[in-house]
Amino acid sequence: MTEEYAIEVQNLSKKFGDFLAVDNISFNVKKQEIFGFLGPNGAGKSTTIRMLCTLARPSGGDAKINGYDLLKQPDQVRASIGLVSEKMIMYEQLTAAENLRFFGNLYQMPREKIDRKTDELLALVNMTKWKNAQIKTYSTGMRQRINVIRAMLTEPQIIFMDEPTLGLDPQTTLSIRQLIRDINKNGTTVILTTHAMVEAEALSERVAIIDHGKIVALDTPQNLKKLVKDADLTVISARIPNLTPVMAEHLKALDCVTAFDQQDAYDIKISARGSEGFDRIIDSIRHDGGNITMINTNEPTLEDVFLSVTGKAMRDQSEKPKMSGRRHGPWGAPRARVR
Amino acid sequence: MGFIKGLQDSFRIAWKDLLEFGRNRIGLIFLVLMPFFMLIMTGFIFPTSNTYTNVPVALVDLDHSQMSHQLVDSIKEMNKKTDMMDLNEVGSLNDAKTLITRGQVYGAIIIPKGFAKNLTAGKQSNVTILSDNSIPQLSMAMNGIGSAVVGAMSSYMGQANVQMLALKANQTVDPKAVIAPLQADVKGTAPGNLNYFDFTAPGLLMMIVMMGAMTGIPRAISHEKEIGTFDGILAAPVSEISIILGKTIAQTVRGFIQGIVVMVIAILFFGVTLQLSSVPLAFGLLFLGIFSFIGLGILLTSLANNEETATILMTVLQFPMMFLTGVFFPIQQMPWFMQDISKIVPLTYAVSAMRKVMILNAGILDVVPEVVILVAFGLVTLMIAIPVFRRSMTR
Repeated sequence: MTEEYAIEVQNLSKKFGDFLAVDNISFNVKKQEIFGFLGPNGAGKSTTIRMLCTLARPSGGDAKINGYDLLKQPDQVRASIGLVSEKMIMYEQLTAAENLRFFGNLYQMPREKIDRKTDELLALVNMTKWKNAQIKTYSTGMRQRINVIRAMLTEPQIIFMDEPTLGLDPQTTLSIRQLIRDINKNGTTVILTTHAMVEAEALSERVAIIDHGKIVALDTPQNLKKLVKDADLTVISARIPNLTPVMAEHLKALDCVTAFDQQDAYDIKISARGSEGFDRIIDSIRHDGGNITMINTNEPTLEDVFLSVTGKAMRDQSEKPKMSGRRHGPWGAPRARVR
Repeated sequence: MGFIKGLQDSFRIAWKDLLEFGRNRIGLIFLVLMPFFMLIMTGFIFPTSNTYTNVPVALVDLDHSQMSHQLVDSIKEMNKKTDMMDLNEVGSLNDAKTLITRGQVYGAIIIPKGFAKNLTAGKQSNVTILSDNSIPQLSMAMNGIGSAVVGAMSSYMGQANVQMLALKANQTVDPKAVIAPLQADVKGTAPGNLNYFDFTAPGLLMMIVMMGAMTGIPRAISHEKEIGTFDGILAAPVSEISIILGKTIAQTVRGFIQGIVVMVIAILFFGVTLQLSSVPLAFGLLFLGIFSFIGLGILLTSLANNEETATILMTVLQFPMMFLTGVFFPIQQMPWFMQDISKIVPLTYAVSAMRKVMILNAGILDVVPEVVILVAFGLVTLMIAIPVFRRSMTR
């Protein structure tokens, strides 16, 4: 049983003061899997990763990483994992080779092996000629590549990646994603967090959707999407140039509407249940005098899954912290209605 | 095995820190400039000896008698030899006051009306020394100069009088012995001529090195936390003690380099003399000073979760330490409550021991109380700090 899983998490919780950042979550990650944590900023993704990397002490629960007990065998856990954190783990004043040597040494790697792996990994990301250049001379894309190979240096069985493509241009993002797939192909389990739906969908074999510290759904991207379809949900995007708040309120009040998201002044996205949902929504808009200039029903994406399981759009949440004034706090805005 | 790995990790972290430090050019420049400025500022702000030159002083003769003219001439004559003052003869008391108020002179020497009358009547005569007592340092300097001038004139006139009396009585006497039978012969226990630099240099050396240990560790760790690299070290199989030890070693080496810079600058540019035989003991004291401050440094690290908090905490602690521990001002000069505060700061003892060793060439036996206090302080703070630190690392 243990053999099958790289990570087994049981009832893991983390409290910061009164705020429950991670709320009693349990899940398993299979060996050699790419496992994605999807959720808005502050949902508890990073905190979960930090706990699993021994960087934060859990307030409750336990986990086994590569068969080692997270709390009782932290050194074995550390030796068997690699971390690509959101902030780059590289010393600016040192060269790539010096940085890698420093970290390799901390893992008790033999000198020749460090040198060999350094050359190998730098070649893998096409950065051989930057080996002896200080990190401060690197571009953002190069930094992220070197940041990823730092985690690969020690040949860990599991690599944790916290938002590995955050703030990167599309080309670099694609190359990092390819790198992640390559790492995985070599037999390494990859756990990654992201708030980008596309990324979770493109990379992960299984995705856990996390919101307010809880896992609200966990399955393969395909199954998650099926979840939306099976529930007989219709996802409708519409453009109404004369959209009014009253119109929006009436739409939200319809009992067939499970989620409502207003994307800008005239674009809305609605998930509706039941066969007559589509008709009723159009009736409601027409009744309020709305002009529909465009309407689509979409194949559900992970975003729709998120919308459907949490009742709100992810984008909503990441904008709210300003209002609530708490960095990790629960969002002050009321949740969209879920019926 | 675990112990050896721990030590190896410490050295690796220390080496990495020093490598980073060595690549930071501005940091290196300031490593030399900072003690240089400190020495210059503290060394020149305070008078290095009691001799004054070219101090602007107003001279007022209100008596206008032959005797007062003679006195004015003798003062000028004396001043020509010593260059003590930059004399400004003015006509009235008000003119002198105006000059003082405008800050053009430190003060005035005033020969009042009735000066000659008193002298001829065989009475003592006054010479007024006027100064701006709203600026105590200036006032003190002026009083010193005035008294020196009046004293010199008085003894000169007295000697003439004694000589005349002796001639009348047909006796041979040494007029100096009659006027001032006692003379102070001022000597110090330290060899050579000492100045304020000699006083500051040992303290400054100690302060820079110890504060380096206290502030360097929290700053180094909170900086790594801020830029994110600390996660890399913490997620590696490295013990917390190795991390703290590594950071301490790096800061100690850095402090030592700075200490040597201070010493070399003090010797080359400021004429500080160091007894060669006391160098080993001085280095031992530096180590001890660092040791006694490590606990405090670790404690601060645990408290400061970001660089800004760390810096604020440092400033709050550093400032009183600079002034209360006898680095720049003698503790004996302070009011009692400040003396009491200075007694609980370990830097005080380190500074006093260092001064004894560097200047007075004291041996180990002369600094036993200081050494005991420093060791005790270091041990107690470390015992408190390490558990607190371990807890704070995985918040």
